[in-house]
Amino acid sequence: MRAVIAEDSVLLRIGVVKVLEMAGFEVAAQVEDGEALLAAVAEHRPDIAVVDVRMPPDFTDEGVRAATVIRRRWPDTAVLLLSQYVEERYATDLLAANTSKIGYLLKQRVADVEEFADSVRRVAAGGTALDPQVVSQLLLRRHSGPLDRLTRREHEVLELMASGRSNAGIAAGLVISDSAVAKHINNIFAKLDLPKADADHRRVLAVLRFLDVV
Amino acid sequence: MSWGFTVVPMPFALHPPESLRRPFREAGRSTAFVAAGLPPHLVAVALWVWLVGLAVVVPGFAPLPAALLIVSAGVLTAVQRWRYRTLRGPGALQVPPRTGRPALRHPIQWLRSPGAWRQIAYHGLVGPLLAPVEAAVLVLWAAGFAAASIYVWIWALPPEQRLTQVGYTTQAAYITAGGLALTAVMPWLTGRVARLEAGVANVLLGQTRAERLQRRVEDLTESRAGVVDAADAERRRIERDLHDGAQQRLVALAVNLGIARATLTDLSAEARRVIDDAHTEAKQAVAELNDLVRGLHPAVLDDRGLDAALSGVAARAPIPVRLSVDLATRPPATAEAVAYFTVSEALTNVVKHARASKAEVTVERRGGTLVVVIADDGVGGAGPSGGTGLAGLAKRAASVDGTFTCHSPLGGPTVITVELPCAP
Repeated sequence: MRAVIAEDSVLLRIGVVKVLEMAGFEVAAQVEDGEALLAAVAEHRPDIAVVDVRMPPDFTDEGVRAATVIRRRWPDTAVLLLSQYVEERYATDLLAANTSKIGYLLKQRVADVEEFADSVRRVAAGGTALDPQVVSQLLLRRHSGPLDRLTRREHEVLELMASGRSNAGIAAGLVISDSAVAKHINNIFAKLDLPKADADHRRVLAVLRFLDVV
Repeated sequence: MSWGFTVVPMPFALHPPESLRRPFREAGRSTAFVAAGLPPHLVAVALWVWLVGLAVVVPGFAPLPAALLIVSAGVLTAVQRWRYRTLRGPGALQVPPRTGRPALRHPIQWLRSPGAWRQIAYHGLVGPLLAPVEAAVLVLWAAGFAAASIYVWIWALPPEQRLTQVGYTTQAAYITAGGLALTAVMPWLTGRVARLEAGVANVLLGQTRAERLQRRVEDLTESRAGVVDAADAERRRIERDLHDGAQQRLVALAVNLGIARATLTDLSAEARRVIDDAHTEAKQAVAELNDLVRGLHPAVLDDRGLDAALSGVAARAPIPVRLSVDLATRPPATAEAVAYFTVSEALTNVVKHARASKAEVTVERRGGTLVVVIADDGVGGAGPSGGTGLAGLAKRAASVDGTFTCHSPLGGPTVITVELPCAP
């Protein structure tokens, strides 16, 4: 698996490269802005591009704009966005067309090396990785309604499910058994009246659709 | 016949100490000031003479000099202000702020202003009274000098014009003494006259108390806005510095420790535990630094505005928070900052003290006001004296001319309302 990385902070870039290599990726290119990222993706056609949202020259949303172009022009390349803070609109814009091969994580998650490596692999393999903070901000937007009927535990499971985790991932995150996770997920789908979905990213889609995101 | 001058170094005579020079300089300055007042004050005297003369001869023409006085009031005021500025120092006459040249461009408006009639009163009434006083001061100075130097005059005058009375030298001695005494008193007298004039001018030509207060309010408003902006800018700068420096470094450190933890599997249990602890500590430091930066001035607030910044705050709160931000356009940066910190701090309070199960935050614009309401279903009893930071929030709101109200009866619920002016 090959990756390119676009990140203007040298220290963080070195860290991300190390984690990617540890996760078994070959880092084909390291660039510092959106233009160079598009050129690198065109040249290397990587499996995944890890992209900082804020980059030169304007330090606003260069990364998001580059990601939109990548998803349109090179749909085989997955995109994992890294950001200093969560702006749900970036997530919703990117997820609108397609919830597979996309990730949106806070920069500080890179420090949880193994989990970050899992997220990168998952996104590169066609999955989704949304930061828990993204999901909780999306849930915040959804006023009243069926969400209030969920128990606290079901809320937690919903957040992790929406962030793209598999059942095993959710079980590990909450330190409960796989069967308990399956039970909670069934309850959530029943309470929110969602259609059954087995593949992880289709499940994300279902939840996000419920949250009015897509 | 030729005069030969020898310049003898006389340090004391040429450079007398400051304590000796100052009284002379001050007397000179006061006299120049009083003398400079005479011409503009005499203008009014001339107009009065004209007025009275006309009134006797042709009563119908009386308004003419009065009109001339009114027309020339603006010029005379300018002359007087120049006189005070150059001869008494820049602060001697508190002049109202200049707004174009209203006296020339909008004569009717100018006449309606209270300042105009005070000026006219000064030039028309006070001026003619001050002119004789000023003239008297100058005459007394001249008399003092002339009398003190009477022997010089006696010596300089040709013998046939000298006084021929017997005993004139004795009289001359008295005259000299009187002249010296008068010259000694004159600086004090001139100073008194100058102070009297300045007092009158400040009442009639200077700004009124209302004008002075208005100007002070304007100055204070401006300087306070500057201070608030500077504080905001400083917070932003610190946020950027931390983000570019310490934050990145700490994340890199945590990443490295994480990689060490994940890859160095053949170390002793002890060494692995140390790496594990260091990794946890580093991540915690990253989280704490993030919290600190959020408390300063989060980048998301500048980049994306209140909605995005507040949804982050609300989502991090451990209790469910309903957030509704309804803003068509972004308010001014300072109002945004105050609103952000109010919500952030109020929610922290709700979590810490209110024992609430949920909270609700609404932000909207009503006319030219940004209204922020934070409500919870907790136990109430919150007040500015409880050490809950509410007093700080009230001050912060007041710093941008906003209002802060906290309605929190015992038993709850608590509703905090902040209204911030934001020109649309």
